[in-house]
Amino acid sequence: MEILLQALTLQLGHNATLATLGAGMFGLAAGASGAFLVLRKRSLVSDAMAHATLPGLALAFLIMAALGGDGRGLAGLMFGSAVSAALGLLAVDWLTRRTRLTEDAAIGAVLASFFGFGVVLMTVIQTLPFGHQAGLESFLIGSTAGMLRADGLTILVGGAGALILTFLLRRPMTLVAFDPEYAAASGVKVRRIDLAMMALAGGIMVVGLKIVGLVLAVAMLILPAAAARFWTDRVERVVWGAGLIGGASGFVGTALSAVAPRLPTGPMVVLTAAAIFFLSMILAPGRGALAVWSARRGFGRKLRLRAGLLALAEGRAPSAEALAALRRAGFASAAGEATEAGRKAAREAAEDESLWARAREILPPEALTGRDDGATPLRAALTPDEWSLVKGASA
Amino acid sequence: MNLASRQEDFALAARPDGPPASGPAPLEARGLSVSYGVKPALIGVDAAFPSGRMVAVIGPNGAGKSTFLKAALGLAPKIAGEVEIFGEPVDQAYGRFAYVPQRASVDWDFPTQALDVVSMGLYRELGLMGRFRGEHRRRAMAALERVGMADFADRQIGRLSGGQQQRVFLARALAQEADLYLLDEPFAGVDAATERAIVEVLKGLQAEGRTVVCVHHDLATAQEYFDYALLLNLRKIAEGPIREVLTIGNLQRTYGGRLTGPQLAAFGASGGASGGAFGGAGG
Repeated sequence: MEILLQALTLQLGHNATLATLGAGMFGLAAGASGAFLVLRKRSLVSDAMAHATLPGLALAFLIMAALGGDGRGLAGLMFGSAVSAALGLLAVDWLTRRTRLTEDAAIGAVLASFFGFGVVLMTVIQTLPFGHQAGLESFLIGSTAGMLRADGLTILVGGAGALILTFLLRRPMTLVAFDPEYAAASGVKVRRIDLAMMALAGGIMVVGLKIVGLVLAVAMLILPAAAARFWTDRVERVVWGAGLIGGASGFVGTALSAVAPRLPTGPMVVLTAAAIFFLSMILAPGRGALAVWSARRGFGRKLRLRAGLLALAEGRAPSAEALAALRRAGFASAAGEATEAGRKAAREAAEDESLWARAREILPPEALTGRDDGATPLRAALTPDEWSLVKGASA
Repeated sequence: MNLASRQEDFALAARPDGPPASGPAPLEARGLSVSYGVKPALIGVDAAFPSGRMVAVIGPNGAGKSTFLKAALGLAPKIAGEVEIFGEPVDQAYGRFAYVPQRASVDWDFPTQALDVVSMGLYRELGLMGRFRGEHRRRAMAALERVGMADFADRQIGRLSGGQQQRVFLARALAQEADLYLLDEPFAGVDAATERAIVEVLKGLQAEGRTVVCVHHDLATAQEYFDYALLLNLRKIAEGPIREVLTIGNLQRTYGGRLTGPQLAAFGASGGASGGAFGGAGG
């Protein structure tokens, strides 16, 4: 426990500190840029790109080893992965535009072929006599153990670069994700922005090579955005909330794996993000499971209360459940008599109900779709001009 | 950098005193042809809309009405011809026109509220780095106010009715303070109250000297709402002041056999007469 605290407060030695900070920066950039990917519905394409990095990684290793260097140089491996991810993306794009394949089929085809080729290359590497090949698997699931100082700096700088690019492009990316046609008509070059978005995703995967590995990098693009979406209805907050969640996951996950080096970094980071996602899904106000459940209950209460008030207004005896609702709201005494406030509320409810009846007559059904729920006051459901229309008609 | 000066331009654009002096046409097409693959969608259309008018683009389904708007804005694959907006090619006229696409193409679960959508109308002006300030928020709010949606500013867009959504998209275009407004079927799938509210806003734009172009499919209301028309069916059938253009002969050429007897009779009854008869039909 104490050692975990040390890891979280960056007191676990120089390289571990650098790794933890780098992972935090990576998570921040991944979460924020991934949010646009999710909003643009490109998560699957990014998955294809992630799998497409593998052959590039293996080839870069082979080439560097053949040239007599250390096959595990991070910069070279990152470059190889990036090139091969870009080829994967181009292949998906070409297949979708030039053939009759749909995008999901193209993604499946590219993902499988590239990854299969990569696995073959990895197997070949393992049969070769160099000493270093054992380390290459760590790029599949990430490992910050024994990370070099230069590696840490590369990750930090790469993450910061991706973050700055995301910030700069936030407005055109929002426009394109929400309404591409409108974006194009306001001068945004949609294809270029889409390309930039995918390039960002590719860059993030490559930066995350050492931390979460190839395959799990996609999770860091998608999970934080999916978690943040539960908490808010606004793009900006989804994007920066996802950045925050991603950054925290990277930081905490890496610290955890620094404490227990046998736990691989990638899965620890991703599991942290997954835990935040799960908690968000349950607990978030508004869209979380608990909130939806309680809103449903609240709506039921409102309907019962409304039924009770209407019964009072018409002088009928309210049903037992409606009476209970009236009592709880202070509109009826324990004996079932309407209170002063209850009579007033009943008058208002009856008036609103007759306005609703009017509205249903004079407004076409499509104007009220989704608004006529039996509990919302009419004024809250209509625009001012519709409201004066209905008021005028019933006066 | 020149953000401040650009904002002054926008303020100037909001001129209250009548139509501007005649200059290049707000929208001019010469020999505009569009094709999706080898299937033609529009063939050799010439059109020049005069400034300060309410223009309807009228024609049957699949006649290329929406395609005409999209091609004019560079959104559809043009294969021949030219388009100029205020005398300039489209990519130099961004900021002078605003577009309201058809409502259907949007993800309604997108995390955005009514006011955010309207604010998107200001993104072009803000650029990549410009700060979104209080004045921008006020302008977005004013645009929402103008379409009667101020009370719904913080409502997620999926939780609005179809008509309310259309109003929000109109407000997004209003926030751009453009000189030319292009709307693709603004009255499709909206309720009568919204249709009336939108028409009122559009007439207000016209009163400020701006030009409005709508793809419109309802012949019954065309004369009431618009004063200029382009009749299309793959090719241009007719263009001009709406009372001169909406004749039985033109409509038959536009719609072929698709118009019903009563529809034609409505126009036949007042074909040569002055427009008074239509005012009665619309009310």
